[in-house]
Amino acid sequence: MNDITALSASRLAESVRQGKISAESAAKAYFDRIERLEPTVKAFLAVTKDSALDQARLLDKKRKNGQQLGVLAGVPVALKDNLQLKGVETTCGSKILKGHIAAYDATVTRRLKEAGAVIVGKTNLDEFAMGSSTENSAFQKTTNPWDSACVPGGSSGGSAAAAAARLCAFSLGSDTGGSIRQPAAFCGVVGLKPTYGMVSRHGLVAFASSLDQIGPFTRTVEDSALALSVIGGHDPLDSTSAVNAPPAVEPAPKDLKGLRIGLPKEYFIDGLDQEVEKSVREAVGVFKSLGATIREVSLPHTKYAIASYYIIAPSEASSNLARFDGIRYGFVDRSASTLEEVYEFTRGAGFGAEVKRRIMLGTYALSSGYYDAYYSKAQRVRTLMTRDFQDAFKQVDLIAAPTTPTPPFRFGEKTADPVAMYLSDVFTIPSNMAGNASLSMPCGLSAKGLPLGVQLIADVFQERLLLSAARAFESARPFPMLSDRSVSLLESQ
Amino acid sequence: MKQYEMVVGLEVHCQLATKTKLFCGCGTDGFGSPPNSRICPLCTGQPGVLPVLNKRAVELAFQAALALDCRLNDSSIFARKNYFYPDLPKAYQISQYDQPFSEHGKLTIALKDRAPKTIGITRIHMEEDAGKLLHEVGSLKIDGSLVDFNRAGVPLIEIVSEPDIRGSEEAYAYLTALKEVIQFVGSSRCDMEKGEMRCDANISVRPAGQAAFGIRAEIKNLNSFKNVKDAIDHEFHRQVELIESDGKVVQETRLWNVETQATVSMRSKEEAHDYRYFPDPDLVPLVADAAWVAAIKKDMPELPAVKRARFIAELGLSSYDADVLTGDKTLADFFEKAAAAAPKTAVKTVANILSTEMLGRLNADNKTAGEVPFPPAYVGELAGLVVAGTLSSKGAKDVFAKMWESSKAPKMLVEELGLAQVSDDKQVMEWVRQALAANPKAAADLKSGKEAAIGAIVGGVMKLSKGKANPALVNKLIKEVVQA
Repeated sequence: MNDITALSASRLAESVRQGKISAESAAKAYFDRIERLEPTVKAFLAVTKDSALDQARLLDKKRKNGQQLGVLAGVPVALKDNLQLKGVETTCGSKILKGHIAAYDATVTRRLKEAGAVIVGKTNLDEFAMGSSTENSAFQKTTNPWDSACVPGGSSGGSAAAAAARLCAFSLGSDTGGSIRQPAAFCGVVGLKPTYGMVSRHGLVAFASSLDQIGPFTRTVEDSALALSVIGGHDPLDSTSAVNAPPAVEPAPKDLKGLRIGLPKEYFIDGLDQEVEKSVREAVGVFKSLGATIREVSLPHTKYAIASYYIIAPSEASSNLARFDGIRYGFVDRSASTLEEVYEFTRGAGFGAEVKRRIMLGTYALSSGYYDAYYSKAQRVRTLMTRDFQDAFKQVDLIAAPTTPTPPFRFGEKTADPVAMYLSDVFTIPSNMAGNASLSMPCGLSAKGLPLGVQLIADVFQERLLLSAARAFESARPFPMLSDRSVSLLESQ
Repeated sequence: MKQYEMVVGLEVHCQLATKTKLFCGCGTDGFGSPPNSRICPLCTGQPGVLPVLNKRAVELAFQAALALDCRLNDSSIFARKNYFYPDLPKAYQISQYDQPFSEHGKLTIALKDRAPKTIGITRIHMEEDAGKLLHEVGSLKIDGSLVDFNRAGVPLIEIVSEPDIRGSEEAYAYLTALKEVIQFVGSSRCDMEKGEMRCDANISVRPAGQAAFGIRAEIKNLNSFKNVKDAIDHEFHRQVELIESDGKVVQETRLWNVETQATVSMRSKEEAHDYRYFPDPDLVPLVADAAWVAAIKKDMPELPAVKRARFIAELGLSSYDADVLTGDKTLADFFEKAAAAAPKTAVKTVANILSTEMLGRLNADNKTAGEVPFPPAYVGELAGLVVAGTLSSKGAKDVFAKMWESSKAPKMLVEELGLAQVSDDKQVMEWVRQALAANPKAAADLKSGKEAAIGAIVGGVMKLSKGKANPALVNKLIKEVVQA
């Protein structure tokens, strides 16, 4: 194999551990590719080439000295720019954090480093992870590697595009309402949102604390399992971290005999793009051919998902983002002459329109006199949505559904209408509300050659079952691979 | 003028006596340390940090609640209190709101010339402290303000009383009793000078006999018991004068100004913050697990009231001595150890020595019971010598003084000083006979029934024995000889 970047993270790590490929040459291969393709993709807000090469050389030295290397030895990994990497700027795609250097490593960052991963950079995102197209970044627009006229999805658009364009072996993102699964579907990669509590949030800049969860973007399901095995598991630094250990990486099962898969009738509705529906139903056919039984299930409160999510998430965000006040770090408007003005000018100039919209929504929903009508009621709806899943998982083992209602859309298509943008998360939000595990994987291409994704949803802490079923699917029907000859990437050459 | 009644409720903050802050590992010893020397990414509100509850803080908070007869709620919730201020790093304070960890307690207070009164405690909740703004560095005025986050995240409990307090004397007594209990269980050191105990007062007035409460004002910035007393009295008169002059009391927050000895308006009800409380999604509910609570209870020191009752019932102390000896936990512990080293019959003497000799000495030297230069057992030994007749009470005083200087054991000092009383019948009888012979007039008076004459004979014996004859024995033997 002469193109190192074509290897999966699992194969690359094996080769590095065996000494067949040096960590340094792996890192260089990825940085060569970043140099070539990044001007088109614009996935990164920061590329940490020097420290990455140092890290890679250190790994090679360790191996020469006979030291055992970790399961991610020499694997180049990109981090969404809302994850703390000590000594490097964490901006969250916002002007208000421009210049803020992380004082510590997130737990996921530390675990990746300890497993031998090489951190290659920080990826673009919608400001504070609020958005579904990465167009809300204060700094740049990331393009979809399959078609540079299309958005990569969001909010983890940079991480999805970087993984798809092989600018890293895999990447991490965060998913609050679909911010891993939706861009994974748009960019044709595997995006896993683990069960709430499976991955520590320590060092993830909070958007909505009760919904946020970190997960990987990978090009294979095996890599997804490998990444989760490293970043998952209890962390004493996160009080909401579960005691459950992540599953070990297992080989693909030969078939899925006995597996019961449910199709939620509320997800196959008017407004669902026909190409998406066709592709998802074909994917269901693949599961059937593997021996799974298919039946319809109901998640009756799905229709309230967006409304209740847009109360709870902004409420938490209004409080989480209050600390960006110009007093201790990040941007401060120096023209302010009173304390009130420090807050007003700094936050007025530092935050973008969508962030301000959500802060105002959340502040209103939590206000005295409105709390019961909005926040409390939304929490009660959330409980009902959780029960929907509990009831469904009494009848089936997994749920299959579309990840997004449409194929990747074009830049500017939805920016004028916030609600239209919000609706692109209609199928992903319920898993955040209920906290269960869920992934998106490629299930075909649209007529225009754009990736389409199928979503697999599991009960809480059923990642082993989820990944095992996804691996069987991947073996039966290999994912469409992004070719270097694709229109988007040729533009840059 | 009508008679008015004052209605007061107090909100008291106490700093829990933990080594580390409520949600991070930074030290709580920031008072007097260089600014921002006790900080980390968490307590300065860096992006991405998450709070982890300090277990020891919960234990100390639970002990305070149990000591105040509060019910511990099975589950309580930490909530975010949202407001912007530069000393509040996250722009929200983690506190407890509608589900505090404890409620429905009470505290009995002692009042001068009146029966004790019970004040209800509405609730106790846990919260983190904020930082501190500095507007000058030493005497140097600075352009703008600086923030010291040493105090940010330090664990506090807020103890909210029912509006059961009816005057500044009761408020003072309540705070005194509260401090005593909290210090006794060790939940807080309550050092007001270090800001470890702070008080806000809610005051309203109503015509005597009226059931409904008046409009209340909240007074902040009360950092000594005396301030509380003065501020309450001032505010009472202010409100009464306002009503008498046909004005209206408005609901507001007022600040106590020590210099002018007056309260001034800080913000009105309309200007009050909307704190937008909601459950902190970064923390899980605090569950008061039964086994844990049982272990915490077991770990608790005996409370002053229980101890006082036991000292009276089991050790036979006077209520005065019991009060004195339970006023401070170290002193109470000292007494118990001393009593354990004394014969049963000498326990009262131990109490006497402690409440007179030792407390006098501690007060004179401005020391605490933790700084006594000899072990408690020495006082037990000393009391034993008194009860056995080896030492007179005057001798005991001398030995105590020497113990303080030399830290030597009482028996050794008695020997060194030659203070041992002579209680030997034969020797004392010999002195009695000599004294009677030397003073025939007194001897005759005594024989004829003039009891007062015994003084001269006793004096004679003391002179002969150089003060060492056991006075009780001397008296007994004189009577025996005279009546024979």
